[in-house]
Amino acid sequence: MTEITEVPSPFCGIGTDDLSIQVDGLSLKVSENGCAVNTPAFEQAMTDTRARVDGKEVGLDVAVAKAAELLRASNQPVIGGCATDVNGMRGVMALADHSGAVVDNMNFTGARRNFLALQDTGWMNTTLAEIKNRCDFLLVVGVDLEGFAPRFFERYLWNKESMFLDDTSQRIVVYIGKAPSGDASTSPAGLKAKVLPCADADLPEVMAVLRALVKGNKVVAENICGIALSDLQAVAEQLKAAKYGVVTWAAGALNFDQAELTVQMLSEMVKDINTMDTRCSGFPLGGKEGDQTANQVCGWTSAYPARARFSSGFPEYDPFLYDSNAMLANGEADVLVWVQAFNVASVPPQTDLPTIVVARSGMTFTKEPDVFIPVGTPGIDHAGHAYRLDNVVAIRLKKLRDSGLPSTADVLNAIEQAL
Amino acid sequence: MLIKLTGGTVYDPASGIDGKVQTLYVQDGKFIKQPASDVKIDKEYDLKGKVVMSGAIDMHTHIGGGKGNIARMLIPEDHRKDPVHRSDITRSGCGHAMPSTFTTGYRYAEMGYTAGFEPAILPINARQAHMEMADIPILDKGGYVMLGSDDYLLRMLTAKKDQKAINDYVAWTMNAAKAIGVKVVNPGGINAFKFNQRQLDLDEKNTHYQVTPREILQVLATAVKEIGVKHPLHVHGCNLGVPGNVETTLDTMQGIGGLPMHLTHIQFHSYGTEGDFKFSSGGAAIAESINKHKNITADVGQILFGQTITASGDNMRQHANHGFANPNKWVCMDIECDAGCGVVPFKYRDQNFVNALQWAIGLEIFLLVDDPWRIFLTTDHPNGAPFTTYPHLIRLLMDKSFRNDMLATIHPEAQKMTTLASIDREYSLQEIAILTRAGAAKLVGLEDRGSLAEGAWADITVYTEDADREKMFEKPDYVFKDGELVVVDGKVVHTKWGTTHIVRPDWDTSVEKDLQKYFDRFMTMKVGNFKISDDEITEDGRGSLTVHSLNGGT
Repeated sequence: MTEITEVPSPFCGIGTDDLSIQVDGLSLKVSENGCAVNTPAFEQAMTDTRARVDGKEVGLDVAVAKAAELLRASNQPVIGGCATDVNGMRGVMALADHSGAVVDNMNFTGARRNFLALQDTGWMNTTLAEIKNRCDFLLVVGVDLEGFAPRFFERYLWNKESMFLDDTSQRIVVYIGKAPSGDASTSPAGLKAKVLPCADADLPEVMAVLRALVKGNKVVAENICGIALSDLQAVAEQLKAAKYGVVTWAAGALNFDQAELTVQMLSEMVKDINTMDTRCSGFPLGGKEGDQTANQVCGWTSAYPARARFSSGFPEYDPFLYDSNAMLANGEADVLVWVQAFNVASVPPQTDLPTIVVARSGMTFTKEPDVFIPVGTPGIDHAGHAYRLDNVVAIRLKKLRDSGLPSTADVLNAIEQAL
Repeated sequence: MLIKLTGGTVYDPASGIDGKVQTLYVQDGKFIKQPASDVKIDKEYDLKGKVVMSGAIDMHTHIGGGKGNIARMLIPEDHRKDPVHRSDITRSGCGHAMPSTFTTGYRYAEMGYTAGFEPAILPINARQAHMEMADIPILDKGGYVMLGSDDYLLRMLTAKKDQKAINDYVAWTMNAAKAIGVKVVNPGGINAFKFNQRQLDLDEKNTHYQVTPREILQVLATAVKEIGVKHPLHVHGCNLGVPGNVETTLDTMQGIGGLPMHLTHIQFHSYGTEGDFKFSSGGAAIAESINKHKNITADVGQILFGQTITASGDNMRQHANHGFANPNKWVCMDIECDAGCGVVPFKYRDQNFVNALQWAIGLEIFLLVDDPWRIFLTTDHPNGAPFTTYPHLIRLLMDKSFRNDMLATIHPEAQKMTTLASIDREYSLQEIAILTRAGAAKLVGLEDRGSLAEGAWADITVYTEDADREKMFEKPDYVFKDGELVVVDGKVVHTKWGTTHIVRPDWDTSVEKDLQKYFDRFMTMKVGNFKISDDEITEDGRGSLTVHSLNGGT
């Protein structure tokens, strides 16, 4: 048995890289700095080692040939999931370009709320180290932050030392919308987060009023969706008084119609504050199961985020039309490729179409796909790169064990070559 | 494979050859001496009457890194106007202002370029820069790592660490980020913006660190020289775009006290405050100062009219200019106690007085700097214009009557504020070869590139003479990369992967102890996970590293 230290995680999105992992043959055990997200993801047992066609175990070359045959016969394949590392996503892009597929990251419908706001007006954002050292006021909008990333507070807010704050335990945390599920947001000095709860669907109204108050506009109502105007007024004053306020949200958690307008509202509010003689930044939460990786790699190879179509021979981007679930439901696709190297629970959408699954060893199906090729997990079975939620830092994933499983890139490149 | 290139008119300033008819021989990717008469030639190209230069090198082009990808994400409407089809040998993509990586490689190669250098690699974002550049086919690449607004350096300056310690940190960072040069952007200004400072002049103090841009420039320029890096400190100065910044720029040149320094996109730093609009050309004063200070080099950052997008590490200035965003959307980021970025779409218009004068100022600088070895042809892609405008820019430099015809179409008040019409200079082919080949290779510190001499790598561009220089330079007859034919008649016929150029200056290993402590206390990753290993560049079997020598023989 060996122990590997300073292991980076591709699972939690916040780029924790201080895990210690004991490796005993193919079995892994997180011995230090695990969390509810990372520990089970690392410790997930490896089961399948051989590819299957129509449920029968076959050699990798046979499975690859079958996948290529299905794609050759296809007029409009879709590649869903897209949950893998940088090289795996490069493989997705090459295969999509060659086969004229749609590329659709599994978290794009959530991320679309951010992209629509970005592509309409833009934003001012920050990254984890700036939060760790500068943030003196954190506003959490519509998300249970510790449920999203269990170690966020420990690593980036209640860090003992910071370069620019004398006492990190005096940082102020306010929640609007969902209340926190635990006490991680309570500071080491015992300071509890202030919570202004409201229904998710009321966030558009609450954020609109908050922005109006930040701008000094008169608001006549006294109660906004259950929140007292004076409470919102206090938040507005705190945002303006902070030296380095941060407003965070998770697009995936804003599960209501036209949530992009709420993202836009809070992003524009952040911009407003930066014209009021202080600094403030947005901080979108995401980065799970390779979603930032998918968007980054699709971004530089096609110039568009990871919902693009290649069947015209060139990339076309449409955040609504190329939703793979909608395409499957509307009969607009004829082959599904599902790529998911991280999470065995994230199975392909139900469909009667020919299905090729390139996924983490151990995935089980209610309906056996036509082709199943188990692949190694980036950061466990092979080295690689994955993007953290703040989209700037790509972490270098380590190989922890010798499983013999091919990588996503190996498999997708082989299929592309076989076309 | 032995290739013979017969009878072309060769422009090879690195070897002092100016328009001489010569035959070149290439074997295994490099130029060789004329072989014995009994040696079999595998392939001969008849280049009689053609112009032969080495492959062009763009020494400052934003082709890799996070801000470029933000720029791509921000403007899907711009990509839709320029879709790029896949072919049997090339990948699909999008072009225009901020092209996809594959399209970037093809389009550079199709205009005869064989190398490009990303000038603003944030240490913390260096992996992304290299990963993006790894997906740029054909071209060689490399980059300059950004320092000067990172809290680590500013803490060192406040703590009065000696120059030796700073040299070690700079050398360590260059190794960790796999760089060939060092860049500073708005020295200390990106950091000051995080403390809510909105401007930072050369002698203005960062309110937290009490350090000035002048001090930062001094220690970094010294470090680059002392650790032996051939590319001088690459400086994006203070006050980008601010009327009156010409004084700051002149002071920056004067103040560096003879240390080697490269001033980038100097056009954006050459503005006076005269005239009815309080905006005037400092082009002549800047050119005069460059002529006088032999330690100074500069690239122009020419603007050309049309839609583009600006992507810069200088979020202080980008934020100040966000009101000019066209279309009206923009992004600013503070990044990892390391730096920042700002992305603002721009549409430069010839009937806008300021834009028109910016255009003229860039050309004035090109034409008034005497020494072609110390001035470089850039648009600061995509900030002044996309790199695909280079053939047009070359025509403006080589053809006075064309230039004056263009001048006559811009905002009339801008025409009155420039001396451009009175400048007779026309660049020669040899001078263009210096700006875009020999000079660039020398400035970046590349051995065996930018030359057609025996032993050099065979990066070659062959043009057909045409009085219309734009036509001539936009469609080479042939382009060879490492001796392989990649472009015929301005179209890619074969693709390959270029190398990544780096240097590996020495550093005292003790520097990592302090860095490890700093990373553990304040950063969000382990120092060991921060450093980029060689195999990250090479493990996919496509990438390679080419290590260049340092001054002083190390």
